[in-house]
Amino acid sequence: MADLPAVIEQYGLDEPFFVQYGTWIGHVLSGNLGWSVVVGMSVWDAIWNFLPATLELAIFAAPLIILTGIFLGTQAAAHKDRPVDHGTRVLAIFGWSLPTFWFGLILLMIFYGFFRGLLPPGRLSIQMDLVIHSADFIRYTHINTIDAILNLNGPLLLDALRHIVLPVVTLSVVQVAFIMRLMRSSMLEALGKGYILTARAKGLAERVVVNKHARRNALIPVITISGYLFAGLANGVVITETIFTYKGIGWWAWQAAVNLDIASVLGFALFNAALFVLINLVVDILYTRVDPRVRLGQGVQ
Amino acid sequence: MARQLVRNPLSLLGIIIVVVFVIIATFAPLIAPPPEGHLNHYMIPRDGYSATPQPPSEEHIFGTTQGQYDIFYGVIWGTRSAFQVGLIVIGIVLVIGIVLGSLAGYFGGFVDEVIMRITDVFMAFPGLILAMAIVAVLGPSLRSVMIALTVVAWPSYARLIRGDILQVREEDFIEASRGLGASSMRVIIRHALPNAIYPTLVMASLDIGAIVLAAAALSFLGLGAPEGYADWGQLTSFARNWIVGPPLNPFKYWYAVTIPGLFILFFVLGWNLLGDAFRDILDPRLARR
Repeated sequence: MADLPAVIEQYGLDEPFFVQYGTWIGHVLSGNLGWSVVVGMSVWDAIWNFLPATLELAIFAAPLIILTGIFLGTQAAAHKDRPVDHGTRVLAIFGWSLPTFWFGLILLMIFYGFFRGLLPPGRLSIQMDLVIHSADFIRYTHINTIDAILNLNGPLLLDALRHIVLPVVTLSVVQVAFIMRLMRSSMLEALGKGYILTARAKGLAERVVVNKHARRNALIPVITISGYLFAGLANGVVITETIFTYKGIGWWAWQAAVNLDIASVLGFALFNAALFVLINLVVDILYTRVDPRVRLGQGVQ
Repeated sequence: MARQLVRNPLSLLGIIIVVVFVIIATFAPLIAPPPEGHLNHYMIPRDGYSATPQPPSEEHIFGTTQGQYDIFYGVIWGTRSAFQVGLIVIGIVLVIGIVLGSLAGYFGGFVDEVIMRITDVFMAFPGLILAMAIVAVLGPSLRSVMIALTVVAWPSYARLIRGDILQVREEDFIEASRGLGASSMRVIIRHALPNAIYPTLVMASLDIGAIVLAAAALSFLGLGAPEGYADWGQLTSFARNWIVGPPLNPFKYWYAVTIPGLFILFFVLGWNLLGDAFRDILDPRLARR
């Protein structure tokens, strides 16, 4: 406690609020996000250290979400007001209302408890953790499944996959519901267009009309949701990784938040915001490339 | 409108669920009477200090969870906390959103630019992450959770209102009332807002569920209610250590895990169904085709 005045002096804690803020901005702009107390390394190092695990989740979850969402949404629109449509609508409403943290616990209760450790929490079992840290295992990417394939290690791949199934499912449920509904309304709009009438009139099979003519056009507006998808995954990762003690960036952020490690939490939020803005920018650019009408339409106005 | 609500089976289900929860919240002291001499009714009474959850019995209808907190008492009084969080947050968000949104939409120009750039800053963050950061900075408590969720939610309301005011502003009746010498304040409150507010109210009814869900998630993460407070998210987090029973009876602690979560699920489901119904009736533009 005797050092208190010295510490206050050193960190400028007696300066006015905006001077402190200026100092902080200066640090951030020069790449210094502070020190993460919970893991004992700089916030930057912590982000790079935990990012691969989270990327691994995203690599599996994103395609699953997009493909299932688009497939179910197409089916619902193609069979509007039939059982498939009603079924997916009820599923979507349940999906939105589902507390993901509770859903994850239920999954663990069934697949870890009832099926005796079939799909365990964590990222790897203890033996496999020793394998990846052994000398003759090269960690190319720190993404376990990819490293396992590159090192031609079958058991490790299987173990990594066993640990990843439940987090990926938990992460995907809500997002699938969201994309499915969006795809459905986009599809319905496309199906009402004149070229669909033409396609049907010239006697094309319904499957071709739906999959080739309607869906391709319906996909264009769906591109814009990539931003939302990112936000949903970023939010979901915190909860999912916490439930499954899957040590990725979300788990670290949770540890930091409950231990009042403010620098880490702010660094994590800032990192996510930067990515979010970047992704939205890319989406906007992509959108004008894929659909020139957007660009031309603005020119006319 | 009432007939339209009742005709659709899903909306009817939504109404029933929400009404049941309103009844539970209103009559909480009768359904789960607090024990004699219990000072804060929102703190769950505990029956001992043993960690292991106890199965449902006559004394504890839903059993007790880790730390011998009575689950039945927790979920009944938790309904009250859920309504409090949802309605207070939505109320404040609506006020902030409507005031800033109408100012931006009606006056345009510099005011609009400033308010919209501020919303941009808030919307650059994934919602739950921003909320988590705010709660961590303010210190974990239910009040921090409400502040954080308000901060996260208001920008989209301000934007929605702004867009609708922007459309209404060009109408003839606005011009007319301005011509009659009405003040800007009067034009906004009496003429612009009543014609622009429905989409916002629809969004608010759809958002109550989402806000309660986010609050529960933050409580689950240990960033919300203090220990022992009647809160569904916290009750779920108590069960985290008890998802797996002994080898011969893997579902031994099912009551501690499933019951609080089911309350969250149905509460949010009810509001979502109701919000969907309101949207179909009040805002045909957003209605599903």
